[in-house]
Amino acid sequence: MSDRSNSKPETGAFFARDRAWHPPAFAPGYKTSVLRSPRRALLSLDGTISEITGPVFGHSILNELDNDLIHNFAKPGESAIGERIIVHGRVLDERGRPVPGVLVEFWQANAGGRYRHKKETYLAAIDPNFGGCGRAITDDEGHYAFRTIRPGAYPWPNGVNDWRPAHIHFSVFGHGFAQRLITQMYFEGDPMIWKCPIVGTIPDKQAIEQLIAPLDWGNTIPMDARAYKFDIVLRGRRSTLFENRLEGN
Amino acid sequence: MMVQELGYLKETPSQTAGPYVHIGLTPNYSEIGGVYEADLGSAMVNDKTLGERITVTGRVLDGAGAPVKDAVLEIWQADGAGLYNSPSELRGAADPNFAGWGRCPTSSTDGVFRFETIKPGRVPFKDGRKMAPHITFWIVARGINIGLHTRMYFPEEAAANAEDPLLARIEHRDRVATLVAVKEGSVYTFDVHLQGDKETVFLDI
Repeated sequence: MSDRSNSKPETGAFFARDRAWHPPAFAPGYKTSVLRSPRRALLSLDGTISEITGPVFGHSILNELDNDLIHNFAKPGESAIGERIIVHGRVLDERGRPVPGVLVEFWQANAGGRYRHKKETYLAAIDPNFGGCGRAITDDEGHYAFRTIRPGAYPWPNGVNDWRPAHIHFSVFGHGFAQRLITQMYFEGDPMIWKCPIVGTIPDKQAIEQLIAPLDWGNTIPMDARAYKFDIVLRGRRSTLFENRLEGN
Repeated sequence: MMVQELGYLKETPSQTAGPYVHIGLTPNYSEIGGVYEADLGSAMVNDKTLGERITVTGRVLDGAGAPVKDAVLEIWQADGAGLYNSPSELRGAADPNFAGWGRCPTSSTDGVFRFETIKPGRVPFKDGRKMAPHITFWIVARGINIGLHTRMYFPEEAAANAEDPLLARIEHRDRVATLVAVKEGSVYTFDVHLQGDKETVFLDI
């Protein structure tokens, strides 16, 4: 448990999700979604205590190298091959408030676009010093950061000649289970972004732009690593000023 | 007409977890050893956890009835006394030996997931009525663009289920059964149908 004893307990329900901003379940340009999308309408329900609450992870789960993908799978004295970068940002809610003490997990392909996964068959080589997973817990201002290798683009069997843009997958917990989110970060200036059927599941161009991390020259470390900044916004919480008191809550 | 700006941000849009979600969420399962000691959420109970031990198992099936063998499921539930292990739980302290959260991939060979957990107690709805015992599910996979929320209820709780506020909102009554597990001893089987005649009720919560 992280210590947030000075902050007011959060019991407000979450802002309703804008499902026109998110990708729809059925997006036939991304072929796998055709048979894996519900066709009935979702059952809408204002959040109950089962969704307003959520798991909290303490720093005890973290190892020293969990946020260093260049080294966390490398043999002693060695490091992963590729463009060294730092990815950092803040986890905020829709009200612009930092979301402290939440787990952020990330995974990615290596510099050549090859994932370390038994189902992956792309001919690009595995990097013996690169695993591809990492995690961090946000600080009091919602900051997280990790070091990694910039991932390569890779081809996938969707259309005849579809390639994913370079991307890093993110999994984020909030303070309530209803905030749970998985997304992907893309890199500023990558022309592949606008050709990708998975990116294209998102209907709104502005929403897509929210997933593109700018090069953060100010935080680039000379002679070491460039930096990219990626802020993540989770659902906001209603203030509880005029909420009905729940029985026993 | 100019008014004050609300100044709200937009939620970061979701993207699919993809076929290699296991690298990030269950690296030991995907044979990336030595980075994390154990996969997070792989053990929900220990020797001291209070409550009735149960197994929750099942498969996720696509619109053609085929098992989805690359999904990851997370569950979130109250402890045996009906308390959540969360800072937002103000009704009391939950069992410290039960985190209430678990994570499990569907097997790459037969598509089965399995959680060793405890049966949750009842928790209140917003108006004070008690909800029936339930486990909240969140499902991601290749082809799922935004994580799917649903709930599993218990078949032996017919009276509680009959007064559950969420189940009561399901207009087509034959669909209530899609949220109720099948019980055999202490094993509950909960198959999730993503699409089709037996489609599970999914939630916008």
